[in-house]
Amino acid sequence: MTGREVITGTQNTWCPGCGNFSIQHTLKNILMEREQAGQSLDDVVLVSGIGCHAKIADYLNINSFYALHGRSIPVATGIKLANPRLTVICCTGDGDSYAEGLDHLIFAAKRNIDITVIVHNNRVYGLTTGQYTPTSPLGFKGKSTPSGTAEYPFNPLELMLASGATYIARGYTKKMELLKNLILGGIGHRGFAFIDVLQICATFFPVADYYSPRIYELSGHDPADFESACKKAREWDYNNDAPIALGTFFRRTLARFDEKMAVREMLPEERNKAIRDLLLERM
Amino acid sequence: MSLTSMPTYLPVRKYQNIRKACMNDISVLIGGKAGDGINSAGSLVAQLLNHLGYSIYLYFDYPSLIRGGHNFAIIRGSKNNIGTCWNHVDFVLALNEETLEQHKERYTPDTVIIFNADQVKSTGQGIPVTAILAAEHAPAIMGNSAVIGGFAKTAGIPWDSVEAVFRAHIPKGIDLNLIVARRAYGLAETVRTVGKTAQPPRALLTGNEAIGLGLVKGGLDAYISYPMTPSSSLLHFLAEYHDKFGIMVVHPENEIAVMLMALGFAYSGKRSAVGTSGGGFCLMTEGLSLAGMAELPVVLVVSQRTGPSTGLPTYTAQSDLHFILHAGQGEYPRLIVAPGDVQESLYWSEIAMNMAWKFQIPAFILADKTLSEGTYSVDPEAVPEVPEVELPGWAGTTPYLRYAATPSGISPLAFPGKKDAVIKVNSYAHDEAGITTEEAALVGQMTRKRMVKETGLSEEIQGYPGVTVSGVPDAPTALLCWGSTKGVCNEIASLLGLRVIRPVVLFPFPLTQLKKAIAGVRKLIVVEENVTAQLAMLAEQHGIHVDERVLRYDGRPFVPDELLVTIKEMMA
Repeated sequence: MTGREVITGTQNTWCPGCGNFSIQHTLKNILMEREQAGQSLDDVVLVSGIGCHAKIADYLNINSFYALHGRSIPVATGIKLANPRLTVICCTGDGDSYAEGLDHLIFAAKRNIDITVIVHNNRVYGLTTGQYTPTSPLGFKGKSTPSGTAEYPFNPLELMLASGATYIARGYTKKMELLKNLILGGIGHRGFAFIDVLQICATFFPVADYYSPRIYELSGHDPADFESACKKAREWDYNNDAPIALGTFFRRTLARFDEKMAVREMLPEERNKAIRDLLLERM
Repeated sequence: MSLTSMPTYLPVRKYQNIRKACMNDISVLIGGKAGDGINSAGSLVAQLLNHLGYSIYLYFDYPSLIRGGHNFAIIRGSKNNIGTCWNHVDFVLALNEETLEQHKERYTPDTVIIFNADQVKSTGQGIPVTAILAAEHAPAIMGNSAVIGGFAKTAGIPWDSVEAVFRAHIPKGIDLNLIVARRAYGLAETVRTVGKTAQPPRALLTGNEAIGLGLVKGGLDAYISYPMTPSSSLLHFLAEYHDKFGIMVVHPENEIAVMLMALGFAYSGKRSAVGTSGGGFCLMTEGLSLAGMAELPVVLVVSQRTGPSTGLPTYTAQSDLHFILHAGQGEYPRLIVAPGDVQESLYWSEIAMNMAWKFQIPAFILADKTLSEGTYSVDPEAVPEVPEVELPGWAGTTPYLRYAATPSGISPLAFPGKKDAVIKVNSYAHDEAGITTEEAALVGQMTRKRMVKETGLSEEIQGYPGVTVSGVPDAPTALLCWGSTKGVCNEIASLLGLRVIRPVVLFPFPLTQLKKAIAGVRKLIVVEENVTAQLAMLAEQHGIHVDERVLRYDGRPFVPDELLVTIKEMMA
């Protein structure tokens, strides 16, 4: 389909000032440019989890699978395995992929399945009205932890480095040009691409004033250097007060799960013969 | 319901009562410790009997461990089609002393014992396994060939049959295996000759293999599964043959991922199936409900084992029927079929795949340990052809609506990559385009759209033999059973002159077919391997009165001896 309207007519219900608008706008631009470059949007699939971020499946006028909380990644994996020609983009939340579906995130990285995972990391549950997530800072006062959380956040970048992800980046919704480049880099990367996107929750965790003075863009960093990527990823642990690096932390090329799992096409006659042969073998 | 009022399984009855019933039979027990290769040795014995023209049922019993513990297989050959083993055995192949100890109640005065003379002291045919292996410089793993060679001679099986079976079914080291077997064959005496029948050999398959083949016939593109007994051998079988069948086999991180990956395949237009047992299926239920809401076709193979919870991993049960009937939040159509043997597994697995895709629903193949891991004879030519099912496609003349309203509730399918189609599936309540909605009228309309498919499915499935009647079709006393108890019920029904009524389709409940099958029945006895009589409950919900319940729930399948006595008492 060419010249399509990339945004559906569905009424948008994100709060004013929500970081999700920036991610949607970035994806919209990427899609429009893709189409202008003669690449069909018919081959793009968006998979979302459940949460505020996931409404993007209703808002973007492309193929979409609006899945379950935490479960976008296994769906995306199935889609990519079924049809490797598709470009599969996964939008997930921090509650989604860092809590409910953490196992799937780790395994997708471990497998190096060729999908792009964008984590809308607002560090709070928005749609369920304000509880802590795995990346909320220690002592976060949410509705389920009114006295403050008693657990440290984990560092998703470090986790992805340990899990074997082959493209690891962090963006920020108030740095849209960089965000666009990081997502484009992820889509262009042949393998598992992970982009943690710091976004504010306008209602439950509006911390733009915290992020803005601390963020900086990585420069002079060699993303092929694993040790250096680990060091950079550990600089800010999602809890301490430290400079927050943005950019591509790590990138390497490895054989992909979808390419290793590929099965040759088989005609029905060939398959029927294989069944007959097997039955003979068992006689 | 008082549990004490329920007949449980009775003490073993004397073999003399049923000896006449087994005149055309030969029954062989092979036992040893886990790791002795009992299952493969049992399969070889089964092939020997197969080549003599017998119909086979092999029951494999093993505890949930890798080394040690007692494993045994009973291989029964009969001139009739069978799916059960009687208690008594004609031959015992004892690889260790424990085998002789544990199965004493199975001996008759005519039972012949063939034993590994290094491990066992007994009367009968002792095979000096260690000496044979040493003389032929053969590895310990070939010890079973010696015992089987000894058995063949004891049973008067011609050497050329032994050689043919070994050549066809031993993958490695065939020449040395034959030399070892031949030595033992030369040492043993023929005690009890097992005659040939007129039947040609047939294919021997386990239930899981037959389910796998049925799915492949149904166009399977991907099988996705996390290991769980007794479904694992289906994963192993399809993984081993994936290249020959042109299918992808994926073993993901857990059953949650299994189910969701399968739905990713379905969304992309690829036919997928998943396999598990009750505990793994617990984890699949959120994905199952998603399949219902998003109208994504998928086949689920659930092979039951004894529960609740971890239960008895390697033993059987029929206790998950109501779980499967109701699993997943919300209401949506599903198909549940429970094949009774290998032939039905081949046939119904293909149908399940077709129905899943025709109606865009989850379809279940409900098996159990007895069927999944039991080996049966099947004549491939006797499996009925499954009619092809046409799927409605998108004409492309109007914008694509994934959930377009139609009188049947079935919306035309298109898959990502299709030119000019925007294909949106959704776990939320949605409109025809797949966009989330909370609008009351629309939610009601879409709910009806999904549910009307159940009416269509119910009508469609009536074109298939969803309820079988066997035994004496007009007998006033009938056994009502489902799944793998087909074999045992059929066998005792033919001895006692009973009717056997067996729904293969369990949902949508085949009421019309069942009522027809039940016409003229004065006493209906349900036979099930669970403690709450789940099929009886289901039948009674549909107004069918069940008079008696015969239940077994200790992980072991019904044995004809005991069931025969129990049913006889009920008829008195």
